[in-house]
Amino acid sequence: MRDYWRANQQRLAPVLFLLPGLLMFLVYVVVPIFQSVSISFYAWDGLGEKEYVGIANYVELMDDEAFYTSLKNNVIWLVLYMLAIPAGLFVALFLNQNVRGIRIYKSLFFFPFVISQVVVGLVFSWFYDPSYGLFNKILEFFGADPIAILADEDWVTYGIIIAGLWPQTAYCMILYLTGLNAVDSEQIEAARLDNAKGLKLLWYIILPQLRPATFIAMVVTIIGALRSFDLVSIMTNGGPWGSSRVLAFYMYEQAFSEYGFRMGYGAAIAVVLFAIMMIYIASFLYKMYRDERGH
Amino acid sequence: MLHNKKTLAALFAAASMMSANAFSGELVINTDTSDPAPKAAFEALIAGFEAENPDVSVTWNLFDHEGYKTSIRNFLTADAPDLANWYAGNRMLPYVNAGLFEPVDDVWAANGLNDSLASAAASMTIDGKKWGVPYTYYNWGVYYRQDIFEANNIEVPTDWAGLMAAGETLKAAGVTPITIGTKYLWTAGGVFDYLNLRTNGYDFHMALTKGEVSWTDDRVRATMANWKELIDADFFLADHAAYSWQEALAPMIQGKAAMYVMGNFAVAPLRDAGLTDDQLGFFQFPVIDASIPVAEEAPTDTMHIPANAKNKVDAKRFLAYLARADVQTEINATLGQLPINSGSSVSDDKFLQAGYEMLSNTDGGIAQFFDRDAPAEMASAGMEGFQEFMVKPDRLDAILERLEKTRKRVYK
Repeated sequence: MRDYWRANQQRLAPVLFLLPGLLMFLVYVVVPIFQSVSISFYAWDGLGEKEYVGIANYVELMDDEAFYTSLKNNVIWLVLYMLAIPAGLFVALFLNQNVRGIRIYKSLFFFPFVISQVVVGLVFSWFYDPSYGLFNKILEFFGADPIAILADEDWVTYGIIIAGLWPQTAYCMILYLTGLNAVDSEQIEAARLDNAKGLKLLWYIILPQLRPATFIAMVVTIIGALRSFDLVSIMTNGGPWGSSRVLAFYMYEQAFSEYGFRMGYGAAIAVVLFAIMMIYIASFLYKMYRDERGH
Repeated sequence: MLHNKKTLAALFAAASMMSANAFSGELVINTDTSDPAPKAAFEALIAGFEAENPDVSVTWNLFDHEGYKTSIRNFLTADAPDLANWYAGNRMLPYVNAGLFEPVDDVWAANGLNDSLASAAASMTIDGKKWGVPYTYYNWGVYYRQDIFEANNIEVPTDWAGLMAAGETLKAAGVTPITIGTKYLWTAGGVFDYLNLRTNGYDFHMALTKGEVSWTDDRVRATMANWKELIDADFFLADHAAYSWQEALAPMIQGKAAMYVMGNFAVAPLRDAGLTDDQLGFFQFPVIDASIPVAEEAPTDTMHIPANAKNKVDAKRFLAYLARADVQTEINATLGQLPINSGSSVSDDKFLQAGYEMLSNTDGGIAQFFDRDAPAEMASAGMEGFQEFMVKPDRLDAILERLEKTRKRVYK
């Protein structure tokens, strides 16, 4: 036993260190995925007996207006949420300088990411409030009619996304700020000697070195957009008449909310959402794998 | 009264026989009564019970009102209390069907509740068994700014023409006739209930919520046409989909709106905001079709014993206490609502008296509420449709067809 350990220590140690994490991942991530897939083939109210219905939940999903509304909103989220990346880069470049008290400014810009999404949602609901909200006071000042952003089916999703961009920009900013610390100053000096400056310097010298940061920012933003739930729940509760729903919220509504007793249907929505996430994440992982091999 | 004491003593004896068990004497109660008045009422209720039953110590878990609706599912299955509050009618059906509530017919029989709580017996009965004890109900109707009505010489409307005329006068005076906040949907359900009860009557309303009538039926369209009249006349508060029901109280308090179709629980916040009884009034929802018996809406709140409760003996003693006439008198005086027990007396509050009198003279039937009469899925789809209709009345056909599709799926 002792000899075996001594001979194979190098090989066994990493396995032993990985084991607790793998176990957790298995129990809390991998197993639930398969459970969700299996529940999606049942009609189940979460309390009584399950009834096997085959793919009926998916068939119904294909003919469900609310599902398409949620899917469309998810796409809008995905596209517009990407704005957080250039915005975060801009703020990071702006803050990447040495003046007195810069740390305070940096932490102030990071602040929206630290506060809870619930608070962000509440602050923006008050901001948009049609009777006393700042947004409509500004419109009023310019002589425009007030718009109830959160009660208007055409505006509501954009209103929520803007609220979501506020903390997400801060998140991307902090990723870029750490990335900027690692930028090689000798390369910049060399570029300067070759008379590179402004946007060209940014594009050809700085951004390539920020690629790891951009990659992470992309991944967290995509995942953030797809799992957007808390803001929708706080700001509109999916309304008006369900026009601001996203898939994650629709799933919650069907399975767990006040009137939701459809675990199977909720699970079917979750499976679709999971499939969409997998496409993105898999393509990103593949790209990363290819880049790594290229070196 | 003597009869009650005897049965209590009998129950007490039964309880003490089992008191060898370690759990005896500990009673866990979960409620969502977190608003000020209900919280005070339950504090007094539990203190009163403990004073009469010194061998029982109550642990009371107070939940947030909205959160309770989702957490009840978890605690009924996983970590059941001995008592929990909930609602009558279809709202308790999923838990009864799943075997999560305990039938309490013995409590009803032993305490003569079949007589004293007879008015609510039907809404507590599923499959011939009683599943809980009702302790309070409240009337719905129109709460209005009496002072604004008087200032504009408006008569309290009793029929549809009167309501339309009152609304036009209010609009001319720069006041929004009806305030409403539909962000959480159910307020629109209340308006639909009343319009449908007045247009088609109680039996049709019940058939509709039970799924026996198509949503594309002409009678439903007649109800919606009446509603459209109110919408087209701009009677409702603008941007109501952005407000909760509490936020929609503000225009009424500020005098910018004059009426609110609401339950009696709206009185407490309106009074807290400074409206006096001279400013605030109540009237019955106007009659639309005089040939239809007037029905009302009066939701009942209830207490239940979960099937997985540990201390059912003491829980039943608590239910017996809760059902008593004097206890219901007291708790409802604090709640600002109406007692179920026929031996209780209604507090002399202006609105409670008005509501009590109205309900006592209701011969057309008493509905619970849209989301308590209709099953959960139908209720959520329905109320969402009502909200959409209130903002986009032109989409009526699409909305009714969607509801019809939901109906065909929900009631199999």
